[in-house]
Amino acid sequence: MTKRPIHFYQVGSFAVGNRLLSDGDRTVQSDAARTNSIDSGHRACQGCGEALGARYALDAAMRATRNRVVAVNATGCLEVFSTPYPETSWHIPWLHSLFGNAPAVATGVAAALRVKGRDDVRVISQAGDGGTVDIGFGTLSGMFERNDDVLFICYDNEGYMNTGVQRSAATPPAARTATTEVVGPQPGNTFGQGKDLPRIAMAHDVAYVATATVADLHDLEAKVERAMSFRGARYLHILVPCPLGWGSASNETIHVARLAKETGLFPVFEAEYGVVTSVSKIRRLTPVQEYLMLQRRFAHLFGKNPRPDIVTHLQEMANRNIERYGLLEDEVARPRHARTEVQV
Amino acid sequence: MFQVRFHGRGGQGVVTAAEILSVAAFDEGRHAQAFPSFGSERTGAPVVSYCRIDDREIRTREPVMAPDAVIVQDVTLINQVDLFSGLSPVGFILINTSRSFEELGLADLYSRFAPARLATCPATDIALEHVGRPLPNAALLGAFAALSAQVSLKSVEKAIRDHFAGPVGERNARAASAAFDVITRFTQEVARAGTN
Amino acid sequence: MLEQIEGSRAVAETVALCRPEVVCAYPISPQTHIIEAVGAMVKEGRLSPCEFINVESEFAAMSVAIGASATGARSYTATASQGLLFMIEAVYNAAGLGLPIVMTLANRAIGAPINIWNDHSDAMAVRDSGWVQLFAETNQEAADLHVQAFRLAEELSVPVMVCMDGFILTHAVEGVDLLEQSTVDSFLPPYDPRQVLDVQNPVSIGAMVGPEAFEEVRYLAHLRQLEALERIPSIADAFEDLTGRRSGGLIHSYRTEDATTIVVAMGSVLGTIKDAVDIRREAGEAIGVVGITSFRPFPSAAVRAALEHAEQVVVLEKAFSIGHGGILATDVAMALRGTDCEIHEVVAGLGGRPITRQSLEGLFYRVGRGELDSLLFLDLDADVVNREVERMRASRHSGPSAENVLRDLGEPRVGQVS
Repeated sequence: MTKRPIHFYQVGSFAVGNRLLSDGDRTVQSDAARTNSIDSGHRACQGCGEALGARYALDAAMRATRNRVVAVNATGCLEVFSTPYPETSWHIPWLHSLFGNAPAVATGVAAALRVKGRDDVRVISQAGDGGTVDIGFGTLSGMFERNDDVLFICYDNEGYMNTGVQRSAATPPAARTATTEVVGPQPGNTFGQGKDLPRIAMAHDVAYVATATVADLHDLEAKVERAMSFRGARYLHILVPCPLGWGSASNETIHVARLAKETGLFPVFEAEYGVVTSVSKIRRLTPVQEYLMLQRRFAHLFGKNPRPDIVTHLQEMANRNIERYGLLEDEVARPRHARTEVQV
Repeated sequence: MFQVRFHGRGGQGVVTAAEILSVAAFDEGRHAQAFPSFGSERTGAPVVSYCRIDDREIRTREPVMAPDAVIVQDVTLINQVDLFSGLSPVGFILINTSRSFEELGLADLYSRFAPARLATCPATDIALEHVGRPLPNAALLGAFAALSAQVSLKSVEKAIRDHFAGPVGERNARAASAAFDVITRFTQEVARAGTN
Repeated sequence: MLEQIEGSRAVAETVALCRPEVVCAYPISPQTHIIEAVGAMVKEGRLSPCEFINVESEFAAMSVAIGASATGARSYTATASQGLLFMIEAVYNAAGLGLPIVMTLANRAIGAPINIWNDHSDAMAVRDSGWVQLFAETNQEAADLHVQAFRLAEELSVPVMVCMDGFILTHAVEGVDLLEQSTVDSFLPPYDPRQVLDVQNPVSIGAMVGPEAFEEVRYLAHLRQLEALERIPSIADAFEDLTGRRSGGLIHSYRTEDATTIVVAMGSVLGTIKDAVDIRREAGEAIGVVGITSFRPFPSAAVRAALEHAEQVVVLEKAFSIGHGGILATDVAMALRGTDCEIHEVVAGLGGRPITRQSLEGLFYRVGRGELDSLLFLDLDADVVNREVERMRASRHSGPSAENVLRDLGEPRVGQVS
């Protein structure tokens, strides 16, 4: 029996999942019985990666738990666009408390469920990158360390988009934000270490850590399912492009997310108990330039006063990821990415 | 109301001493209130604690500024802290030492009080003998019971056993009893000397 | 059973009798003994089922309590001073969400300068947060208030803070009549949450509310507090019926019937004040005391009824609004609008400065003679203050005042009595 194709509003297509696959291999999103944990009609921007990521992740978690998910949400875009009073997009029990405390609130939810013997109900805590790597970092680390039974999902759009695109510790170097303007000799965000939360999560030795992008639905759903098979603290970091903050076309969200992975700038992998267990290989190695040029936040690196030096620097970052995680298939020729000089 | 001030150093059980005394008084059906001076409680730092005993409800929360008794657990505080500040002229002084008031340079102080109200007691030695550790508080409470008659030795022993479980409580109670005997002999001697 | 017991221990034992299901804890003096004792009871299985969670900050402690309470678990934590301020965002949030969390606040001063001793600055910093704030006079009342707090909180879906003076009460060993489990069980029904995260009946809690409804939602919180004004006395009555003990309520009056001067205060200092009042009474002065148990909601009508026949009202408080004056005094003044009562604000006991009976007697004597200014800092060492003012005047680079004052106090002075 062929499944009834359903309209997927957020990408305006019926083509969610691969129609050539057998029913069992199709995505949760392609299933009419998906829970629509976060329903359409919310107030997210056109092309919002976070809305996609949340829908993908939560519907997959709902399937994995037979619809027994409680979600805790940090303040941020996801919270604001999903619950404009008096409406709500959530079909799951959902609690928003504050910006920096979503992991700790989730600890409380998990503790209450444990004390009541409800081990069938699972807890997901979610935040943007600001609520994860910056203001929520302390409570997240505490939740990891206590190994509370919570899956924490970071929807990483690399900045404070809800407040008007300011820099976070997840903003990439050179990116323009409202607090890292394109002025002076080092335009955009400064080069630094950034805060690599997946690796920090791994350092806590939690059961499961994974990264994903909204470009690969199958991969993302599989990771959510895998995450729900563990007890204890788990971490999922999903790259979600933000057309507003990144200055990318709203119909390019998936494309941009894919390039983040294909350039090596955003390594996609999973780890268990602090050890990397699988890596999503780069399928078509792409120079960072191709990714950067789709986004106005990097426009100052090209155009009239180009900054090939900075682009080279970013390419080096991608190369380091490729090296660190072994992102290339063995048969992929190295020279294409190894060339760090950039033609502008 | 009878007010006691304990002086000692962090780690000597100064706060515990006040608490145990309050429990002993409580067990005799009296009202009692014990509290520390709330300073820094670092090991070795001067520590003060208080105990009030009364036949009616104790409402005041001020520190004890005019004590009826001062118990000094550590004799090295003599030149550091104003140990006897506000002490009632008919109050009691009990010092943990094997030396006399004169030897401690407290002859002046000694001369201002009736002899039966001032005593020194080698509480650390007694504790080492019975408890095996240099913790003088239990022994001093036994000595205090003998000196002041504010509480009975029996109540002190019971409060000690309630506080320290098992053999530790038993050994501390024995230390209290031994110190009680030392001070009882002392007060009897003073009384005899007074009648002669 | 009447026991000679430390205040913290009495509170911990009583909290355990209330069967909290989630307790979260972060250490801060002088609250630690409470949470240590509860933790031990959970670990040894005496308090079960209960999850005891060691968190990484007070902000997390209150956040855990929020999550647990929203999931239908009876939730408890304790804090003090800087800890309360560190969690203040979550404190407001818990009240805004209407979650009936009970928290002990072991009242302590707020730095800088850092100070671990008692005053009421911490409680005052969250007086507008939407929490009910009950102040205990004795350890007996502190223990009893927790049982009443859980009942009040859960009846009204409002968080309740039981304030007890840090060290003065938390570390004092005195007689406390601890309740029986069956007594508490009959007084405190199981928690039946008004709102709960339930997969069978999903709700969204914590939605954004814009200008079109925010005022109404806030007003509803105010209504709940007004309801608490009704419930606090009746819960205290019910508690008295059950235990024979008068604890809690809105205010306690002492010798006020014929008093022309009435002292108003909160917390443990009331005991010392009563002693001083008894002595002034013996000297023929018509003086009485009103203790405020419920600071939030503020029982304006009860305060007015208790005070309006007095000529002079002395509000003695362990905190003040810097640049303004008394905080409690302002509330009392509002309650006495339109009366002829003369109100004196007295700030005392800051950062653990002992409030002595002798000082209070002197204060009341001066009130009786009409010698008191409208705002007085009890036992303030004006010389120390003036010398620092002089130093600051003399040099732009006079340095940190706190350190200067300490150095100043350490220096021997001519005529100083040691």
